[in-house]
Amino acid sequence: MALSGIQIYKFLPKTNCKKCGFPTCLAFAMKLASREVELSLCPDISEEGKAALETASRPPIRLVTIGSDSKKVEVGNEVVMFRHEKTFFHQPGLVLRISDTEPQEVVTSRVSEVAAYSVERVGLQLSLDGFAIQNKSKEAASFVSCIETVRAKTDLPLVLISDDPGAMGAGLDKTAKSKPLIYAATSDNWDKMAELSKQYQCPLAVYEPQGLTELAGLVEQVNKAGVEDIVLDPGARGFVDSLSLFTQLRRLALRKSFSLLGYPLISFPGEGAETLAEEATLCAQHIAKYSGIIVLDHFSPAMAYPLLTLRLNIYTDPQKPMRLEAGIYPINEPKADSPLMVSTNFSLTYFSISGEVESSRWPGWLVICDTEGLSVLTAWSAGKFDAERIAKAVKQFAADKVSHQRLIIPGRVSVLRGELEEELPGWEIMVGPPEAMGIGPYLKQRWAG
Amino acid sequence: MPVVEVPLEKWTGKIREVTLGGNGRKRVVVGGEATLPFLHFEGSIPNRPAIAIEVDDCQPAWSPHLTAAWGDVVADPVGWAKKAVEYGADIIALYLKSADPDEQNSSAAETTKVVDKVLSAVDVPLIIYGPGVAEKDNEVLVAAADAARGQRVALGNCEEKNHRTIAAACIASNHIAIARTPIDINLAKQLNILISEVGLSPNSILMDPTTGALGYGIEYSYSIMDRIRLAALSGDAMVAMPMICTVGEESWRQKEAMVTSGVPDSWGEHEQRSLLWEEITAVALINSGADILVLRHPKTVELAKATIDKLMAR
Repeated sequence: MALSGIQIYKFLPKTNCKKCGFPTCLAFAMKLASREVELSLCPDISEEGKAALETASRPPIRLVTIGSDSKKVEVGNEVVMFRHEKTFFHQPGLVLRISDTEPQEVVTSRVSEVAAYSVERVGLQLSLDGFAIQNKSKEAASFVSCIETVRAKTDLPLVLISDDPGAMGAGLDKTAKSKPLIYAATSDNWDKMAELSKQYQCPLAVYEPQGLTELAGLVEQVNKAGVEDIVLDPGARGFVDSLSLFTQLRRLALRKSFSLLGYPLISFPGEGAETLAEEATLCAQHIAKYSGIIVLDHFSPAMAYPLLTLRLNIYTDPQKPMRLEAGIYPINEPKADSPLMVSTNFSLTYFSISGEVESSRWPGWLVICDTEGLSVLTAWSAGKFDAERIAKAVKQFAADKVSHQRLIIPGRVSVLRGELEEELPGWEIMVGPPEAMGIGPYLKQRWAG
Repeated sequence: MPVVEVPLEKWTGKIREVTLGGNGRKRVVVGGEATLPFLHFEGSIPNRPAIAIEVDDCQPAWSPHLTAAWGDVVADPVGWAKKAVEYGADIIALYLKSADPDEQNSSAAETTKVVDKVLSAVDVPLIIYGPGVAEKDNEVLVAAADAARGQRVALGNCEEKNHRTIAAACIASNHIAIARTPIDINLAKQLNILISEVGLSPNSILMDPTTGALGYGIEYSYSIMDRIRLAALSGDAMVAMPMICTVGEESWRQKEAMVTSGVPDSWGEHEQRSLLWEEITAVALINSGADILVLRHPKTVELAKATIDKLMAR
């Protein structure tokens, strides 16, 4: 439970020594309560006070890192149930499962393909985060050999899946430096798995499908054995059980500060799906609803692209609408007689239009109005993309760039044409296509024609 | 061992139930939730989200995958509606696009004939959409409302600018208004209030907070729907209407679905990609409170129904 300033104050030295940079201990306590400063700024805090405050100020969901410095995925440390309440911070790691019973050449080619896969969206490169290697053979030698095959092709983070501590130990011996996630400690093997987690300093998944009480009990034992970096698997595999349990787990962590369950979650959509499409949609649900690591059983670009897009969308910070600076943007080295287009400063709008103009190979100028990050129709209906604003932006940004007086407006706001002709006397206002993808053909037919 | 108690929220509000059809026609009830989507452990969810399939009254220029999935019926709204029912539509969403001045500019008399024919051809309830052009919307929707008297159809879109006309038509013939606002909880509430002030019962309103497709603003729709649903469950009766999402239309008009060539290889195989675009949009939005999904592809319908079965299983 987050402590109030007064509660924190009780643990401070109360000397008002100002060494922390604040005039009083109470002022410092208030800053600590709002998480604006670190406790380490206080040089005189007692060991007991420090221990008590650190426990109390632990993030409600622990941040867990899988992988080593250069290649890693960080999950957890979420603070809200709904993204509009603040934002979701650490997007779930998407990893592909490989089985150690698959032929080596199959593993090599799949890992190479997936590790190299990357897709661009709104100027970002999106890709999968790593691999899960399953000890399906139940033999340590095959497990080790498969890990080596995967490692030969990629240094992306790994999840090692085996319920046999012997095989797990042999596998960790080969790749512990890259800090894979150990999956999983169960009620049968938790002591040995916890030992491995400590020995190799790798995070540990805890699997307990009997219920949340049993899961918390197992975590308590693992904690007592000295393991803190934990990922939880409550055993849910389908749509409704994972939604219920993941919601309950996040509520327990955030609303009840139930620290034994305050860890990121792992899910396996392929195990709860009957078809490939269902695996994708269950993965989509896990992205939206609280999974930290998602282990996929299938990969194709056509499946990865929409899932990576959803992850990007859901984890976009709603407090910072993706927006561009207002201004004029040249595309394909335009000249003074090149087409002039206008749109809003919602970055998705910009990337859609600029992408289309680029691929059409038409040189063009794109004037971006400040619509506070709203898209065309939304901005128009909110009165932030009207004739007056458009005319002002065109005069301000385009005057010294173009030699003509022809302006293309988005097709969805064709109603603005009349008013714009009044605001920009002498200009020809051309109504563009309603969708960005129509721009190429439009320029060809209407601008040239 | 610490005993874990499942944390429950004490919601004070409940989503209204809206009934489409009846009077000899199949009845579809949506809404009624006393908790967030599919959290059966917390509250009652009496009705499953319903699937509406889009049927256009003139042949659409759609992705070849969509057209191929439906075959020749896309030229015939009656045959199309029947096939949509075979494919599992709970509701037919009939789009009177032919009335668009840029299409055939059909008159209200012509579009009303189509409404009549589809009403007699299928026994599921109807949603009737105008062409999305203000003056024609009012004309064809008012005529359709009269023609469908007693059948309790939903009419859309009812926006701020035409809410008096559509609400009055709904009152006169006991229909439902689809109140559409641009991704804003306050505008959504305001429109519901305006429509109520005209005299339409809140039990005859569906909310359309505007659907953004995957990659094209889905996060805005997702979060506005979260906020609307949370406000409703917390007791704000003026946003406690069931929500409808036009998932098919929004997903299939995006470049990922429309464009077959000249796109990066990393986009993957076209048919699978475009299907998943609609399917993932649908599944994300039922998780933020959609009560009716308007879909296009039969495979999405099948998948969405199977997913809803699983999410409704206790």
